[in-house]
Amino acid sequence: MSLSAEALETQAFWRTAARSPSFVIGALLSALVVLAALLSFVWTPYDYAAQDIPNKLQGLSAAHWLGTDQYGRDVFSQVLVGARTSISVALVAVGLGVGVGVPLGLLAAALRGSLIDEIVMRGNDLIFAFPALLLAILITSVFGPGAINAIIAIGIFNIPVFARLSRAAALSLWTREFILAARAAGKGAARISVEHILPNILNLLIVQGTIQFSLGILAEAALAYVGLGAQPPVPSWGKMLADAQTLVALAPHLAIVPGLAIIATVLGLNLLGDGLRDVLDPRLRRER
Amino acid sequence: MASYLAGRLASLLISLVVASIVIFLVIEVVPGDPAQFMLGLNAQPDTLAALRTQLGLDEPALIRYFTWIFGMLHGDFGISYTYRTPVSELVAQRIGVSAPLALLSLALTVIIGLPAGIIAAARRNSATDAAVMGATQLGIAVPNFWFAIMLVWIFAVILHWFPAGGFPGWNKGIWLGFKGLLLPSIALALPQAAILARVMRSSLLDTLGEDYIRTARAKGLPRAQALWKHAVRNALIPVLTIVGLQFSFLLAGGIIIENVFYLPGLGRLTFQGITQRDLITVKTVIMLLVFAVIFVNFLVEIAYVLVDPRLRRRA
Repeated sequence: MSLSAEALETQAFWRTAARSPSFVIGALLSALVVLAALLSFVWTPYDYAAQDIPNKLQGLSAAHWLGTDQYGRDVFSQVLVGARTSISVALVAVGLGVGVGVPLGLLAAALRGSLIDEIVMRGNDLIFAFPALLLAILITSVFGPGAINAIIAIGIFNIPVFARLSRAAALSLWTREFILAARAAGKGAARISVEHILPNILNLLIVQGTIQFSLGILAEAALAYVGLGAQPPVPSWGKMLADAQTLVALAPHLAIVPGLAIIATVLGLNLLGDGLRDVLDPRLRRER
Repeated sequence: MASYLAGRLASLLISLVVASIVIFLVIEVVPGDPAQFMLGLNAQPDTLAALRTQLGLDEPALIRYFTWIFGMLHGDFGISYTYRTPVSELVAQRIGVSAPLALLSLALTVIIGLPAGIIAAARRNSATDAAVMGATQLGIAVPNFWFAIMLVWIFAVILHWFPAGGFPGWNKGIWLGFKGLLLPSIALALPQAAILARVMRSSLLDTLGEDYIRTARAKGLPRAQALWKHAVRNALIPVLTIVGLQFSFLLAGGIIIENVFYLPGLGRLTFQGITQRDLITVKTVIMLLVFAVIFVNFLVEIAYVLVDPRLRRRA
């Protein structure tokens, strides 16, 4: 049986991946969180918003695996739905960064040295110089707290990350022979960027995307914690922590559980990013 | 060097101007009528008119922007709408909490992060290295405000070693003030120390692979001396940039931790301003924090070039 080149590549990918502990642990943790988020669409042990005051502030039990909060709401159900909130906000924010940043980076690289290149890069520097958290707080406080504004606030800071990365990677590709060949064949800069440059920087973008995803989860949690993220009754891990803070003496599990959920997600994504970098691009493997 | 300095100074000014324009637009133009926004929908017409005059809203936006900027340059930050006192006084009080908090966190970050990174690099691929790297991987994933809540739970609620929050004020004695800031600084510092340790380790590993280290070892310099005298010193140069960035992060990141511990710093002032819709205070405090962050980054870049003469020529 003969395998196509693509199938062989896929096989090689999984063989290398299985040998990378970062990749395996990271992929498992990330998959677990994504599954929890998906599961919450079809099943949670209780209605996450259903109050049951007589059974408030219960510890871990068979009926309530992770206990109940100050209104008797099931913590496990809230954690499951909270995964959905965190993932969707962070994912869309990274999508915004990729969707705007990558085309800008490719454009700047195609027009390297031009005025447009200069404007794009200086604009990136400016956003980088601005303290991200402060602008996010400013945006959400004036435009009103909520998931959409949190996404925009986090997404804006993802734009320069992807613009710089794709510009730098594209610049080194523009000097290569296969690009020269494509130009000789009469392809324009836009077509070359999409057909030849983009596929070749995809690996880098995936690795960076994973890292930015984890940063987005942390940022969403911080905004929700100060009350500027998703609004009640939509549960989010950051909001759960804010509510739990005053009750930490009575019911410490209320604070511990959402924190562990955030840590597991961020740790999983970071390890997955490290692992992917090792697997996808052996040249970049950090000997360090 | 002079042209490099001029270039950096120009970009510092441009950053500040753009930042101030963004803040001004977001605060004063986007909400429509800031006076209406601050007072809410049920405002009395005469109160509204009074506030409009105080804010100078009858002037065009451009004039208002320049009035704000020139006022700030002269130390006139406006009058807080809720506190009825000059914002400059509020800031002066609060900075006595925020600045020591950022400095103490930075000190802890460096004291923990640098040695951890150096040990990991010096014993590369050993169990120590693996333990340090594992711990830093975890440290990066921990949200500092969650860590802060855990510290309060363990050290204030259970052990009663520290106050759960609040700040006694420096006039109650340096020790009490320090004690009030210690838990918040640890919460801020540990995740940053994890990042610093990783940067220090990889920078030192790069340096240890350089030819001059091999030369030093070949002429008989003991390993420890080569490490401390040559490698660590050179490896610290790129690390300096990260420390600078971390300081500006700690300045801005402090505003969330201040809320966890009910510390009366600039962060609390900002959030109270937001909930009370005191746009005058919010605008000024955020601008000051942005200025501090951008200025620290500028100083770090200058220091970087001063420390590494190779960059001077390239620049």
